[in-house]
Amino acid sequence: MRTNGPLALIFHTIFVVFMLAPIVVVCLVAFTPEGYLSLPTNGFSLRWFRAIANYPEFVHAFWVSLGLGALSSFVALLFAVPSALAIARYSFRGRDAVAALFLSPLMIPHVVLGIAFLRFFTTIGIGGSFAGLLIAHVVVVFPFALRLTLAAATGMDRSVEMAAVSLGAGGWTLFRRVTLPLILPGVISGWALAFIQSFDDLTMTVFLAAPGTETLPVRMFLYVQDNIDPLVTSISASVIAITMTALILLDRFYGLDRVLAGKSDPER
Amino acid sequence: MPFLELDRLGKQFGAQTVVDEFSLAVAKGEFISFLGPSGCGKTTTLQMIAGFLDPSCGAIRLEGRELTAVQPAKRGLGIVFQSYALFPHMTAAENVSFGLEMRRVPRAERVERVRSALTMVGLAGYEDRYPKRMSGGQQQRVALARALVIRPSVLLLDEPLSNLDAKLREEMQIELRQIQRNLGTTTVLVTHDQNEAMSLSDRIVVMSQGRIEQIGTPQETYERPASAFVARFLGRTNDFAAAIDRTVAPPRLVAGSWSAPAPAGIAGPVTITVRPERIGFADAGLAARIVTRIFQGDHWLFQCVSECGTVIVIRQNDGQPQPVEGDAVHLAWRVEDMSLRGAGAAA
Amino acid sequence: MSGAIDTAPVHAAPGDSSHARPAWALSAPALMLFAGVLVIPLVMTVMLSFHDWGQYKGIEPVFILKNWHEIATDPYYAEMFWRTFRIALLTTLIAALFGAPEAYILNRMSGRWKSLFLLLILGPLLISVVARTLGWALLFGGNNGLMNKLLMSLGLIGSPLRFMFTETGMVVALVHVMMPFMVMSVWAALQRVDPQIENAALSLGASPLTIIRRIVLPQIMPGVLSGAIIVFSLSASAFATPAIIGGRRLKVAATLAYDEFLNTLDWPLGAAVAVLLLVALVLIVVGSNALIERRYAEVFR
Repeated sequence: MRTNGPLALIFHTIFVVFMLAPIVVVCLVAFTPEGYLSLPTNGFSLRWFRAIANYPEFVHAFWVSLGLGALSSFVALLFAVPSALAIARYSFRGRDAVAALFLSPLMIPHVVLGIAFLRFFTTIGIGGSFAGLLIAHVVVVFPFALRLTLAAATGMDRSVEMAAVSLGAGGWTLFRRVTLPLILPGVISGWALAFIQSFDDLTMTVFLAAPGTETLPVRMFLYVQDNIDPLVTSISASVIAITMTALILLDRFYGLDRVLAGKSDPER
Repeated sequence: MPFLELDRLGKQFGAQTVVDEFSLAVAKGEFISFLGPSGCGKTTTLQMIAGFLDPSCGAIRLEGRELTAVQPAKRGLGIVFQSYALFPHMTAAENVSFGLEMRRVPRAERVERVRSALTMVGLAGYEDRYPKRMSGGQQQRVALARALVIRPSVLLLDEPLSNLDAKLREEMQIELRQIQRNLGTTTVLVTHDQNEAMSLSDRIVVMSQGRIEQIGTPQETYERPASAFVARFLGRTNDFAAAIDRTVAPPRLVAGSWSAPAPAGIAGPVTITVRPERIGFADAGLAARIVTRIFQGDHWLFQCVSECGTVIVIRQNDGQPQPVEGDAVHLAWRVEDMSLRGAGAAA
Repeated sequence: MSGAIDTAPVHAAPGDSSHARPAWALSAPALMLFAGVLVIPLVMTVMLSFHDWGQYKGIEPVFILKNWHEIATDPYYAEMFWRTFRIALLTTLIAALFGAPEAYILNRMSGRWKSLFLLLILGPLLISVVARTLGWALLFGGNNGLMNKLLMSLGLIGSPLRFMFTETGMVVALVHVMMPFMVMSVWAALQRVDPQIENAALSLGASPLTIIRRIVLPQIMPGVLSGAIIVFSLSASAFATPAIIGGRRLKVAATLAYDEFLNTLDWPLGAAVAVLLLVALVLIVVGSNALIERRYAEVFR
């Protein structure tokens, strides 16, 4: 393997600084002791983190985001796992069309999805409700859940299933005892990726959320629209800290590249 | 002056010595194999010759010229990689032509040389195929043509045949040998397959754990292995513990019920090593019983239990009746077919 | 994006009709979900774009071309769409120009550094886009924002640049948001390159520059292009970054549609803008995918 020259390393350093700069700045400003946006030159203070407690709508929004992400990813998997098995195993007329349809939410701009769901939900009378949000999130995270499950199902050695059938397993038992455990790594990373997508979505959700069902990104966005002050940086810093912790845990126990690249081969 | 000379070449990765004191002189036109199990340092040595790795110590000389300071791109060596490393976005002809372009060979000559190189490896008519559309054997031939078309001073082959199936591998061995003979290109082959090394090479360098175990012709390394490792690595062997019986005159070398006049210079207990195909069934000798008999077409393989442990015997299928499982037999071999090793053996 | 998935069947014999029934049964729940809550809402949105709207009468379910006529004739919309695609194209070019070399450099690093920097570069992808854009808003600041201070102290610019509420600022922030997608896409392409191939070219006498230009670049080009498609379509429909950096005056398609829906309340016009964005993007993405596939079909199939 050839190594990188000094020019490459300089480029790399600038690149990494560029990628980290805005995140680092948010985290630094969050610790300012002043009442306005500034770098904490006169010592660090936690006053803006304590201030979060005075804004219960942010805390509530966080729980909404968490619940919505966990639930919509789970429901998406309930639909995605059988579909993935169908696409991975059967060659049927229309298979490519079905796969394309299932992945189509990736291609539709979220602003269009937001508008479409807003129109739909207000028409059927569930506008602004948690149920509506849930349905919308299930649809947009579905492709992520499907893609990783599909990779696992495609890569699975089917002779193991045949062995189980030859030993007398069938139907639900076969799925629960053999198939599911084998594709579980893909299913779990599908859930994780779907959760992240749901948790971070702003563009679609901003159309659908009403006071009470606002998610954290929506709440933050609406707040930033009016004024940018240290409060929103301390909230951002908290979100970044939570994300980083989750990332490190995920990487330690599972391998981040597997989640991000949508791969599920056990060698990696 | 040797054509290619490796002088006390060594490579360390951290505290680990991967290649140790590797010295070898290769004559012009010679076909040399580095043979050994994976991790023995053979590929590392090849990569140092190619220039992809810098040696920790020692020198590499080509026609007396120091090679270690020369950029890999300027060494002018032809290399065939284990994965072939063909350029997937170029056709067979473009792949072969690449090295000539780098040497600024005029277009007309380039076309002619590419054509004759592809013809030489039997791929005339495949010029416009992309590698993905070719079989493993064909890709291998393109890689060979690409390495040879630049008329390299030395051809380096890194396990070139290991990705082919057994039958194709044998065909390619014969073809490779013919091409190398015709061109007279000095060639270094890295392999873990002793059959490949023996059928292709003029000389074999047997390596283990970064050290040279033996350098010799295929026959020498097979018939007179310099160490137990070489004996075991190059084909199957039988080892017997033997002792010198001095109660009789002249003294005899004894292994179980087999015995022979003791060679001069033998002092104490030794290990006798005999190849399975050199052991025959006789009226007298090491008493044994046949446990398993396997028919393998051109030969029979017997597994026997003797007083000195399990013995493998191979007999040519020459149409004569052979003993069957359960038969009691006597195993015998000629003194010149065995080699002796151990504390008591003469140096 | 359709290329990101391998749908080749593993064991099933092609064209075996006995396989069709369980496959449809397994896909049925998801198909019904998609038909019910994706296809119907999208069709409703298209229909909505043909409805009439008035300040006092609200939405009137009639079929007229008023909204489409307005978008086609009023230069405000042409300018807005032109701005949207100009920003997206610029973002894509910059992301490719810097993301591809970075992926290549990353790929040459040794194991531990490689995973660390991969985490640092792909990690931001998982951090809320609001938080990341907020960071840029802080960096841009006013005339004495950190970004300007840095650029001026390096002597790269003489007088402060305006980043907030400008296209420059939007592009910088969007490049940051999109970069992980580009790096990931090129990275994936690099993983398919034989690690010995550079050595092979080297042994044939190629210089480092020749190796990059003639051996590496052609092989990662499909990765760069598919990354570019992803980045372009995400940038053209980006919402949070243009909304925060661009402010209320510098509108792009997504922020304009948002305004029509939640501020002006002219849903039919907003729907028309959104539908046009969708159609334009689908045409661009499908078209360039087809081009790429035709260009590289011979080599990589």
